[in-house]
Amino acid sequence: MRNAFASEITALAKKDERVVLVSGDIGNRLFDEFKIAAPGRFVNAGAAEGNMIGLAAGMALSGLRPVVYTINSFLTTRCYEQIRVDLCYHNLPVVLAGVGAGLSYASLGATHHSLEDVAALRVLPRMAVVCPGDPLEVRLALRAALQQEGPVFIRMGKKGEPPVHVEPPPFAIGRAIVVKPGNRICLLGNGHILSMVMKAADILEQKGVSTQVVSFHTVKPLDKEFLQDAFKRFQLVATVEDHGVLGGLGGSVAEWLADHPSPARLCRIGTPDEFLMETIDNESARHRCGLTPDSVAAKALAALAPETV
Amino acid sequence: MASPVDIEALDLKALARTIRGDVIDMSHRAETAHLGGSLSVVDILVAAYWGVLSLDPKDPLAPDRDLFIFSKGHAISAFYSTLAHRGFFPIPLLETFAVSGGSLPEHPSPSCVPGLEFATGSLGHGLPVGLGMAWAARRQGRLSRVFVVISDGEANEGSVWEAALLAPAQKLGNLAVIVDYNKWQATGRSHEVMALNPLKEKWQSFGWNAVEVDGHDIPALVDALNKHPYHSSQPLAIVAHTVKGKGVSFMEDDNNWHYRIPTADEVRRDRAFCPGGRKFVELGPWANRG
Repeated sequence: MRNAFASEITALAKKDERVVLVSGDIGNRLFDEFKIAAPGRFVNAGAAEGNMIGLAAGMALSGLRPVVYTINSFLTTRCYEQIRVDLCYHNLPVVLAGVGAGLSYASLGATHHSLEDVAALRVLPRMAVVCPGDPLEVRLALRAALQQEGPVFIRMGKKGEPPVHVEPPPFAIGRAIVVKPGNRICLLGNGHILSMVMKAADILEQKGVSTQVVSFHTVKPLDKEFLQDAFKRFQLVATVEDHGVLGGLGGSVAEWLADHPSPARLCRIGTPDEFLMETIDNESARHRCGLTPDSVAAKALAALAPETV
Repeated sequence: MASPVDIEALDLKALARTIRGDVIDMSHRAETAHLGGSLSVVDILVAAYWGVLSLDPKDPLAPDRDLFIFSKGHAISAFYSTLAHRGFFPIPLLETFAVSGGSLPEHPSPSCVPGLEFATGSLGHGLPVGLGMAWAARRQGRLSRVFVVISDGEANEGSVWEAALLAPAQKLGNLAVIVDYNKWQATGRSHEVMALNPLKEKWQSFGWNAVEVDGHDIPALVDALNKHPYHSSQPLAIVAHTVKGKGVSFMEDDNNWHYRIPTADEVRRDRAFCPGGRKFVELGPWANRG
């Protein structure tokens, strides 16, 4: 995803002189092409994230279109108040591009895990929260974000996320994308684990359960029209995210559901409300937290027929 | 673009007295705190708005204007009064300060009045934002200079020092910070709560062109702000030594006035010190409330 981001921001900067890339001292060599394509428009703001957000706000107030890039946990919860006051309160068109969201940096330890950021940012007025499902969606999300009038958070994985889309899908912030049709279970995949959600759907299909997969990339604003329809058509709607079960997409849909009672069930799949303390590699961490195709399929099946568990 | 006004022709001391009178009236009328720090910053504001800033109150968003961020948002009454007297909005609007339904919040909201570049109130935000504006001005080839006033208590905030590190690295000579060093923060001496001293040397060692000035000497402030070569690669830090509660003898250097609200009697007493204060206050129906 980060390579797609670097390539797309370079292409966009060539077209728009206002685009400035601000990095929190990461991306060594990743932005070499950007620096050539957009000389003078790359700022390494150092490991000083609060200042970095204010810097971007000042740039946006002056008519530039800053895109701020750093490790997701440091981009979001570390400088939360600057995001709230400088960006949201002033409604400034700043794009926050976080890399290594969820458990993407699991092996680096819990300081680098980012499992509360969506919950934190989505409650800020005016903030859009977009979690692209594959590298192509990263490109489309970035293009769309730079067309917005206010702040947008783009939450990315790391690198090597498998492509899900073959062709560029129609993309708009706040509009879910159906990736695979089905009619009993609707899996709302959120973010960089979308390919894993596709595999979970394959398992469910093998068990004879028709499953739709959706790239539900935007947590805010919620695609309410889509939810309205999904909770009518499916027996089970399951949210799947590389984020805590509290307050992320699952929490957001649960809030919506509280106001829109439905016969369909909601199942929220995400990471538990705890810190991962042990030394653990990325794959094991996702396994531990139930973010594997088998585990997602099993949870969805159990939720579909709770009496059989 | 209008230049600083002809300060020779103006009695800036009288203007500062008028603004101090407004500040006291507004605090009493609206029952708002932060009087001491509002009084300490008045001469800095007068120096900047009448002696330094290139701006036009009739065209407050002119692209080449100088940009001024009042980062100590809790002292906003002084800033509102300054903007009003400089012609950004009608002076009687000050009567609506912190009045429910009015347009002058106790901490400013974005664009609540013309001339307000950024809404402050949470400390430590102004300098990073000013840094971004200065960077953008240079990038866009604009001549705008950026001035940020912070309080000494505000210099507790880490983000101030993050910005202090980045601005010289980015060689932003078009950026100036002015510290209203009144030696107090909310609950103690600012240089005792945190190890603020030596403050000028701190900025200097961070790579700023740092100078100290008497923050109540308007010509000295004007001189210090105008002398800096803004085309250079070094940002400017002015440590302005001030007195909290300046202008009213019984408030000066008494930190009770960080939170206290003046009574009607105290407002009347203040007339002796700030004879330029606004008439409406003396006649207002609230006058016996205190």
